[in-house]
Amino acid sequence: MKRLLPLLLPLLLWQGLALSGQVPPYILPGPLAVARTLLAESALLWTHLLVTLSEVLAGLALGVVLGAGVALSTSLSPAFERLSHPVLVASQALPVFVLAPVLTLWMGYGPAPKVAMTVLLVFFPVASGLRDGLAATPPEVLDLARLSGASRLRALFWLRLPHALPHLGASLRIAVTYAPTGAVIGEWVGASQGLGYLMLMSNARMKIELMFAALILIVAMTLVLNLTTDRLLRRARM
Amino acid sequence: MSRPGYGLGGTVRLGDRHLLRDAALPVAPGWTCLLGASGAGKSTLLRLLAGLDCTAQLEGWRDVPERIGWMAQRDLLQDRMSLAANVQLMARLRGASADPARAEALLASVGLAGRGDARPAQLSGGERQRVALARVLFDEAPLVLLDEPFSALDPARRAAMQSLAHTVLKDRHVLMVTHDPAEALRLGERIFLLQDQALVPLEPLSPPHPRPVGDSELALAGAALLARLGHAA
Repeated sequence: MKRLLPLLLPLLLWQGLALSGQVPPYILPGPLAVARTLLAESALLWTHLLVTLSEVLAGLALGVVLGAGVALSTSLSPAFERLSHPVLVASQALPVFVLAPVLTLWMGYGPAPKVAMTVLLVFFPVASGLRDGLAATPPEVLDLARLSGASRLRALFWLRLPHALPHLGASLRIAVTYAPTGAVIGEWVGASQGLGYLMLMSNARMKIELMFAALILIVAMTLVLNLTTDRLLRRARM
Repeated sequence: MSRPGYGLGGTVRLGDRHLLRDAALPVAPGWTCLLGASGAGKSTLLRLLAGLDCTAQLEGWRDVPERIGWMAQRDLLQDRMSLAANVQLMARLRGASADPARAEALLASVGLAGRGDARPAQLSGGERQRVALARVLFDEAPLVLLDEPFSALDPARRAAMQSLAHTVLKDRHVLMVTHDPAEALRLGERIFLLQDQALVPLEPLSPPHPRPVGDSELALAGAALLARLGHAA
């Protein structure tokens, strides 16, 4: 109950604001009205939620695999490290959202551009976070690799990677927060289903309660993803 | 030409500074101790001998076996591995097959019997250095280099670790760097002092090594050596 209290206070404020009559319901519907819509339109919302969730999960999986793959490769090949590091640093400055229309142009209106957008948002924090973690292995520990004549692969597996796991954990927490944003932006640019699409559609049709219901679901989905990831990472001591 | 043991010799340069000028550091079987003030370059010599990255350059010879045992000031235990896995770490890094039974036996030989499944975080500083010692033993390196491995321990644990290390490593070529004259006298069958870019051989105490902690000759010689080092500084 105590943990729900911080959530309850803004809800009460919200309902108070809606009841006060200062804000018209087509600008800000009250939480009770939104809750009624959540129940009444639950079947519709559920289908769109599943679409967005599958885009998010596919993008997360692909982005983490690609990002971790690039980071691990930098540790195995100094030539690849020299090549990729400036690209990774520069790409951090790229606002990937501006690519959303381009991705839709190239990949059409299906789930592909949404997954691609999510991959872009997930890839960079994972790749650069894990790379930094692998590069931050204490030099005294790497002395052991040198003394044993370990190959790069064995040094990576036994020494560097275990030391980089907390860095990877931090990157994954960030990636999970970014991922839904990627999918929703992809849906805003052009889609025929998904919670982002539903938000735009209901806005255009003045179904403001439905738009807020979709918004609430996006927030809830992100929170659940966050908490699940955090719990799993804690169990793995990351 | 064969040498009596391992070692290095020649001139060691660190930028435009000399750490060593045309001198030799032989490591014969048994315990050799290398004394010197902080910053004299003891650890640098040890790293050069081990073939580890360092900024100094050796112009001369270096004679080492294929395998070198290494204990640093930090125990370098890997927190995510069990003690048994830590003991086998060097073999794993080399790609050799694991031998959990021998790892357990070596843990027992350093006083940690039955603790193979424990994690490093559950151990005290002294116990952690015991695991590091077992890791050296597992690797069966003929040359063992120690860089002040006991300096972070409290005096009682330090004396116990010195005795244990001396016992289990007595058949190897051991070179220990230390800044503590009493430690060098207690353990060293040969003692070198790194001073003014030269290696000065010091008179070691007569056997047995390690001398008992309360040994009066050890206390006197330690005090005399300390005074000599303080005078030189």
